[in-house]
Amino acid sequence: MRAYVVRRLLALIPTLLFVSIIVFVTVRLIPGDVIDMMLTQNDLSADKPSREQLVQALGLDRPMPEQYLRWLGGILQGDFGRSLWQSTPVLDELMHRLPVTFELGLLALIVGLVIAMPIGIYSAVRQDTAGDIAARSFSILLLSVPSFWLGTMVTVFPSIWWGWSPEVNYVRFTDDPIQNLKQMIVPALVLGAALSAVTMRMTRTMMLEVLRQDYIRTAWAKGLPGRLVVMRHALRNALIPVVTLVGLQAPLLIGGAVIIEQIFVIPGMGLLLLEAVNQRDYPIVTGVFLVVGLAVMLINLAVDLSYGMLDPRVRHR
Amino acid sequence: MNAPVKPELSGTDEARGGAPLLSVRDLVTRFRTDRGAVTAVDHVSFDVRAGETLAIVGESGSGKSVTALSILRLIPDPPGSIESGQILFDGQDLLGLSEAEIRAVRGNRIAMIFQEPMSSLNPALTVGMQVGEPIHQHRGAPWAKVLRQARDLLGRVRMSDPDARVGAYPHQFSGGMRQRAMIAMALACDPQLIIADEPTTALDVTVQAQILDLLQDLAKRANSALILITHDLGVVARYADRVVVMYAGRVVETAPARELYARPRHPYTRGLMASVPRLDGDTAKRLVPIEGQPPDLSALPPGCAFAPRCQEATETCRLSRPPLRAVGTRHQVACTLEN
Ligand SMILES: Nc1ncnc2c1ncn2[C@@H]1O[C@H](COP(=O)(O)OP(=O)(O)O)[C@@H](O)[C@H]1O
Ligand SMILES: [Mg+2]
Repeated sequence: MRAYVVRRLLALIPTLLFVSIIVFVTVRLIPGDVIDMMLTQNDLSADKPSREQLVQALGLDRPMPEQYLRWLGGILQGDFGRSLWQSTPVLDELMHRLPVTFELGLLALIVGLVIAMPIGIYSAVRQDTAGDIAARSFSILLLSVPSFWLGTMVTVFPSIWWGWSPEVNYVRFTDDPIQNLKQMIVPALVLGAALSAVTMRMTRTMMLEVLRQDYIRTAWAKGLPGRLVVMRHALRNALIPVVTLVGLQAPLLIGGAVIIEQIFVIPGMGLLLLEAVNQRDYPIVTGVFLVVGLAVMLINLAVDLSYGMLDPRVRHR
Repeated sequence: MNAPVKPELSGTDEARGGAPLLSVRDLVTRFRTDRGAVTAVDHVSFDVRAGETLAIVGESGSGKSVTALSILRLIPDPPGSIESGQILFDGQDLLGLSEAEIRAVRGNRIAMIFQEPMSSLNPALTVGMQVGEPIHQHRGAPWAKVLRQARDLLGRVRMSDPDARVGAYPHQFSGGMRQRAMIAMALACDPQLIIADEPTTALDVTVQAQILDLLQDLAKRANSALILITHDLGVVARYADRVVVMYAGRVVETAPARELYARPRHPYTRGLMASVPRLDGDTAKRLVPIEGQPPDLSALPPGCAFAPRCQEATETCRLSRPPLRAVGTRHQVACTLEN
């Protein structure tokens, strides 16, 4: 098991390298030049640097392979470079923003699952009843509503109706957990909505599939009450594909976080990325993507490992 | 007329053991399908006495499994439902029990073994836990004790190294071992009745006899009655005390096993006998499968359901449905030709 994890972690390295090259190159292909932007922004300042000076100072005069190798060399020493604009270390910025997005994603995942799983199970057990139909309609609704729209509605209407609006001054969890959770719960719900819709449908489908199996009939024949047949005998088997689905959805969650963070003004990686792309702040953009890529790969690994726990037929050697 | 009515003693059975352990009376189980309602079990009646082995025989689709599932009220509803009849078990009508009451019977006083050992065990739970689960459920024993008893049960079904098997998962077992585990599970609460629905059909021929010998041996020792469902009359000869032959959801013949072998009265029973190798070894005889297809339950003829495949069928057979009639002590047959 440990050997398996180590092997999987080592296998991440080439993938990450590949991701870094793609990101490094594509970021520089975004139309619009950071130098132009800087020059126009600095129009009014007294000592206007020349174009050449700027290019040289930012190291953008070098050929791209050289830039990449330098950057990579830095990363291997824990140096992700500096922001082109603020000249703060990228790593500091990432470390500052990462926990915020992590919390948002985790909360969204939790609320998504807490809503989806019980409804999905209920829906399957009470197949084709009014409750099932209501649950299915609800999930279709959630699926078809884009999160930017839902997020906007949630920020606009309550403020019109009740004068309530989401807090914009972000409080870190470590400073005031209660206040922080109060702020995060609505964005997390909005972000988790789509996830919970697909999870709900998947849970229902898989439960229906499992409930038709012979071993469920065996469980009934033992005299177990319905509660135990469902929770002890069916759920575990139904969870395997659900976990896969949730793992596959996790990257989408990160993508959704970019939008949600902007709507609710949450200073996470999403907001950072958005600003950085707008300003063509290459080192920040590459840094964010690298971290996101790593996160996605780690989530996949976690999903694979969870199979071993849920399904005894899967053994990691 | 106030004097208590004495039950009439008829034949040797009542004298032997009083009322039967299980008495199925006029059981009707229907399924609603796209092609209309199908009567899978049609006025089926039979008795099982304590400690006895009753075989239910018939081609696939004749309603054997549905009969078995009906006894424990395990018919999936929808699409199925038990329409009428009585299932008297130890004097109690199982069809009149509440949901909680029938649960207390399942796996406890009546246990069931299914046809598909590969899929009848839960792949995500250990064998020991599944084998011992009825004890936990019905006796309220703590899990640690349950697992010790599960180990003993696995030993009783002669599984090698039961200590290691308790914590193993079904996928680590062969088909024969899984069926042994199913038998262990059935024995867990010392049931008065075990229903085994084609327990060896899915198994290798070499282990079939082993499993059946084991099942019968353990049932005898526990003094449990056994309903052995099979489509193999060879099995019947070796294990059954009495036989019920089913065709198209109905009982067409019932008799003590010896009697049935000596004097099969229904053409279908004779057809079944001709189509299996006899254990008494007359290999020179050629095996003759019954001609024609098993009937379509949604379009049964008005007369005898077997008439379209029966070599001896007459006009009467095709027009009216023959009821079960006694043709000897405890021998009944539903055939116009046996009048
Ligand atoms: N779940 C079901 N849905 C619809 N029809 C069923 C179902 N189960 C059984 N039946 C009907 O009952 C008939 C008898 O089935 P079964 O008792 O399983 O036969 P067997 O004698 O092979 O055990 C089948 O041919 C089918 O028409
Ligand atoms: Mg069957």
